[in-house]
Amino acid sequence: MTDILQSLIETVGEKAVSNRAEELWFYARDPGVLEPHTPAYVVAPKTTEEVQKVVEIANRERIPVVPAGNGMSLTGLVRPLKGGIVMDMKRMNRILELNERARYVVVEGGVSQGQLKAYLEEHCPHLRHSIPDAPPATTVAANVAIHGQGRLTQQYGFNSDMVTGLEVVLANGKICRIGSCSMGPYWFSKGPALPDLSGLFLGWLGSTGIFTKVGLRLFPNKRIRDVEIFVTDRIELVEDIIYRLTHTEMAEDISIWFQPKPLMFKDNYHINVYFTGDTEEEIEFKRKMIWDALQVYIDSKDGGFMGVQPMKPMLLEQPQRSVAAFADVPKGGGFEYSGPIAPIEKFPEYTEKLLELAGKYDLLYAGAARIISGGHAMMYGISFAFNRADPEMMARVKEALDEATEYALGLGGIPWKPNVTEQQIAMRMMDPNTLDLLRMVKDNLDPNGIMNPGNWEVG
Amino acid sequence: MYQLKHDPDICAKCPSPDCLLKCQYMSFDTEEAHEEMMKVCRGEDSPVLEKCVTCYACEEYCSQGNHPFYLIGERREEKGILTAARPITNQWINMTTMQGKYMTGAVTDKVMSCCFIPDLGALGSGKLFEEIAPAFALGAEFMCPAVHTHFAKMSVVKERLPIVLENFAKLGASEVICLHDECYGTFTSIAPAYGIDVPFKPVYYMDYLVDRLDALKDEIRPLNVSVVYQRPCSNRLIPEKFPVLRALLDRIGVQLLEREYQGENALCCGEIIRAVAGYQRANDVQKRNVDDMAAAGAEYCVFNCPFCQSTLSEMVSKQGIKPIHLIDLCKMAIGEK
Amino acid sequence: MEATRKLEHGDLVHRCFRCGYCKFPSEYVDFNCPSYRAARFDTFSPGGRMWLVRAWMNRELETSPHFAEILYSCLACGNCTEHCVYPRFKDYLTDIFEEAKAQLVDEGLIPPPVRDYFKAVSVNGNPYRLPQEDRGKWVEGVDVEAFSDQEYLFYVGCVGSYDELGGRMARSVAGLLSRLGVSFGILGAEETCDGNEVKILGEVGLFDELAKRTIETFSKKGVRKVITLDPHALNAFRKDYGRLGGRFEAFHYTEVLAGLVREQASAFSAKGLKVTYHDPCYLGRHHHVFEPPRDVIRNISGMELVEMRRNRLDAFCCGGGGGNFFTDMIGPGEDSPARVRIREAFETGAEVVAVACPQCAKMLTDAVKAEGLEDRLGIKDVAEIAAEAMQA
Repeated sequence: MTDILQSLIETVGEKAVSNRAEELWFYARDPGVLEPHTPAYVVAPKTTEEVQKVVEIANRERIPVVPAGNGMSLTGLVRPLKGGIVMDMKRMNRILELNERARYVVVEGGVSQGQLKAYLEEHCPHLRHSIPDAPPATTVAANVAIHGQGRLTQQYGFNSDMVTGLEVVLANGKICRIGSCSMGPYWFSKGPALPDLSGLFLGWLGSTGIFTKVGLRLFPNKRIRDVEIFVTDRIELVEDIIYRLTHTEMAEDISIWFQPKPLMFKDNYHINVYFTGDTEEEIEFKRKMIWDALQVYIDSKDGGFMGVQPMKPMLLEQPQRSVAAFADVPKGGGFEYSGPIAPIEKFPEYTEKLLELAGKYDLLYAGAARIISGGHAMMYGISFAFNRADPEMMARVKEALDEATEYALGLGGIPWKPNVTEQQIAMRMMDPNTLDLLRMVKDNLDPNGIMNPGNWEVG
Repeated sequence: MYQLKHDPDICAKCPSPDCLLKCQYMSFDTEEAHEEMMKVCRGEDSPVLEKCVTCYACEEYCSQGNHPFYLIGERREEKGILTAARPITNQWINMTTMQGKYMTGAVTDKVMSCCFIPDLGALGSGKLFEEIAPAFALGAEFMCPAVHTHFAKMSVVKERLPIVLENFAKLGASEVICLHDECYGTFTSIAPAYGIDVPFKPVYYMDYLVDRLDALKDEIRPLNVSVVYQRPCSNRLIPEKFPVLRALLDRIGVQLLEREYQGENALCCGEIIRAVAGYQRANDVQKRNVDDMAAAGAEYCVFNCPFCQSTLSEMVSKQGIKPIHLIDLCKMAIGEK
Repeated sequence: MEATRKLEHGDLVHRCFRCGYCKFPSEYVDFNCPSYRAARFDTFSPGGRMWLVRAWMNRELETSPHFAEILYSCLACGNCTEHCVYPRFKDYLTDIFEEAKAQLVDEGLIPPPVRDYFKAVSVNGNPYRLPQEDRGKWVEGVDVEAFSDQEYLFYVGCVGSYDELGGRMARSVAGLLSRLGVSFGILGAEETCDGNEVKILGEVGLFDELAKRTIETFSKKGVRKVITLDPHALNAFRKDYGRLGGRFEAFHYTEVLAGLVREQASAFSAKGLKVTYHDPCYLGRHHHVFEPPRDVIRNISGMELVEMRRNRLDAFCCGGGGGNFFTDMIGPGEDSPARVRIREAFETGAEVVAVACPQCAKMLTDAVKAEGLEDRLGIKDVAEIAAEAMQA
């Protein structure tokens, strides 16, 4: 037995360490199209102290350590690009504190979105968090680490904007608290009015530290939730439709989607508008405001609200199972998407590119955009489904997505949860002084290059 | 292409233009009603072509059988007037396109038509349908295209209906039991209005149920409940079948409560009005309708059309009335629900 | 050596996205895959297992003791099948795991406890290595007829016949059926193993042999209707015996009791007992028998039925499924399924956990001891509860 294995076993216990072929094979990959990288060990710590000790071992031995939630970014962010230790965080699953009146919750680094949802439903049903449409096994910590979005992103911004504090294990093994929790018992602010240090970690994909605790804002969970879908066949109207809708400040979530199949969705752009109310009166008021905002397009017959009643159970579900179901459209168990963040005005150009790529690479596509922060930007998802038993199709998906990213970033977008190639494109396009700053931060926080190395690594 | 059999002289000489006079969504006096309908006949512009919410009721109101609703649809299409938004109109056309994804059972001399509505397949089961359920047909290939009349796409109706009829003919059945009023209305009203031959005998499902309940008489346990009824738009195409409802309810011990919006005065479920006239109009219609149901004090709201049921169930339930399809009510009476 | 390994449903294996819905119950309250809940590496989740099976079929991975451990830690509880979001694919999840286990059996590379189980059943006709003639011993103290031409055969199975707790449960059921006037008989020493676990563990040949033997006995005796004590036997009878020539109807004892207790409800009463019911996987998720056992409890006046957070289709397995009752592949510890389940039952405030499966009864009884709750939580089968509540 190696010293490292022995040390890891002493730290987390025999059952929570593996260097067996099966775990190494599994934790080498994610469900996307990128090639695997095999770790040397997989560990599943249960406490912050165990995480700390594992990082100390990694630092001592100069081997990488890669934190993993459920591995669902699809962009290979939990693959250990330079080997080392993959740290499955999901045993750290305690919900530590619910501050109902200050509307935040503190969770350990492996709490799943599903678990938090169920916890709130049981213990505090009038509060909710911004649930992403990723499967419920994905973790809260990983979601904020990649600047994830959720069902309240239109109203309140990126899910990482909703962080109210962090506990991070740094590369040197120190446990560091970020925000109000660094000064006292409360987890209400991740930064303001202090210098906001959370930016040293949020969006860094685990390459500057490992999140062992996350404070997260909660929001009112109104009694009734409803949805309307506005449909138009004129792409050039989409931006204005969104502008009018966001002006109402009635919608908690707005997303645009289009897909060629089934046929009923062909040639149209569908805009889902979610809204909530504690009373029928509130709901109907909001519905009226939303309809009125688009009356001009209803009158011109360029758009209308479609009947949603049969689709409602599916649309109102959180997370929405049908999102995962897209993976099986080609009966093959996979999809991947590039998700540039860009101004909504880019919707027509990105869409044109998506359709071009789908044709060029002969791929099944779905296009979707989620509105962020009342209309400052959108996350535009360029998604291609693939058959996992068809490596050639998976290669085409990868090529198409690389091309999509290059195009989207060229038009002023920025990459969301970027894979290594996308990070490199971004860094190539970045202002050199900004890039220098990025390098300074990374070099200082991870001088030995052990934290999810290969990611945000300035060449 | 098939032509609508419409005689403008009949309209010209009409003693009472009930088509527009009785309309619940437009308001005309007798003279205006006559004049506007004549404009429609002549192919001139008329507010009727802009304001009609496509509830089908004028087909019932017209005592002359001169098909005012189909004519309004024809004129709208000729003039390129859309009822609903273009993307919604096309959504319906695309959704109902025949793609070879139909399903059929073991058809004999009879076929049970489930139209393009899977829910009808589930409804058409159990003892009441034991003879014909195995002989089902479901899918766009067997869908009556009447829905496109809502969108004034009469060309789609004329193009698809002959194919649907041929598809039924190919199954070799001599009788088609229609579980949706829209299908029976298409075969017995739209098809003859356009001179399209129907190569089988359409059977109305309520007639079929009356016979079945008579056969299963010993198993009926009267339900002793009072209900209100949501009359669907397509029942306007077959007003002669409206009385069958009462015959059916009588057999299962159900009392049909009187209310304002019933019979000729029935209100649309609102789903189509929502698409063609907007939220406020639909909301007003739905609210009046459901409040009226509640005022009647019914235990159940009985639906005939699955679309009406889907549209109104939530609203009806919030008023403390239980939504149920007529077939399920009959199943309850023989202990199946 | 073949280039790739083949499984009957091998062409579906690549369709798993390993999104993880399969790990949860419908409301995501906790992980509901018992082996994942205990082991916590994703390799032990249904998706992980499926991906490993694919790698193993493609020979990216070879058979190893750990691979076998991962496969045999699946309890076949069916939670993954229930919650997978991929229609048509989901129906075959547990079949694929079963086929992979069968392949391991063919390759002769199975974990020692599984091997020992097969050997015991093969040699002794039961996993307890006890003589066949002892099969009827459970009945001592109860007045039950041998099966001749009664309406039902009461089939007890290996756990009911040989396990002490199982025997107590068998006696409760038989006693209550008698008191309620049901016409039934037993096979006693002539009864043979139903083979359900043998099949789940992948020994298809041995299963076929056992099933044929049982079918032969049933047809020789003229059995038309069977009441099973054990939902595992019910599963084999309903799911597999038909294709092997079995021509009889099978019912779980709670299905028969429910109607009888309802009809004679006035004969049953209890003094303020709070009961929670644990759904056995092979009765609930696999055969959708949810209400009959609950109906028995509900029809006893004075008894309060409270539900655990995870119930019916979302119920959490006791850990006894998939042969783990005999092989203990998951092992003990506070994260063992039975202990997790007992803690959940205790949270309801119930005094008694009602069970309807002898394997659940045993697993949960042991877990109550491990959790130190012997004085606060009892484990009783539905028949025992009803029998105690039945006035003389």
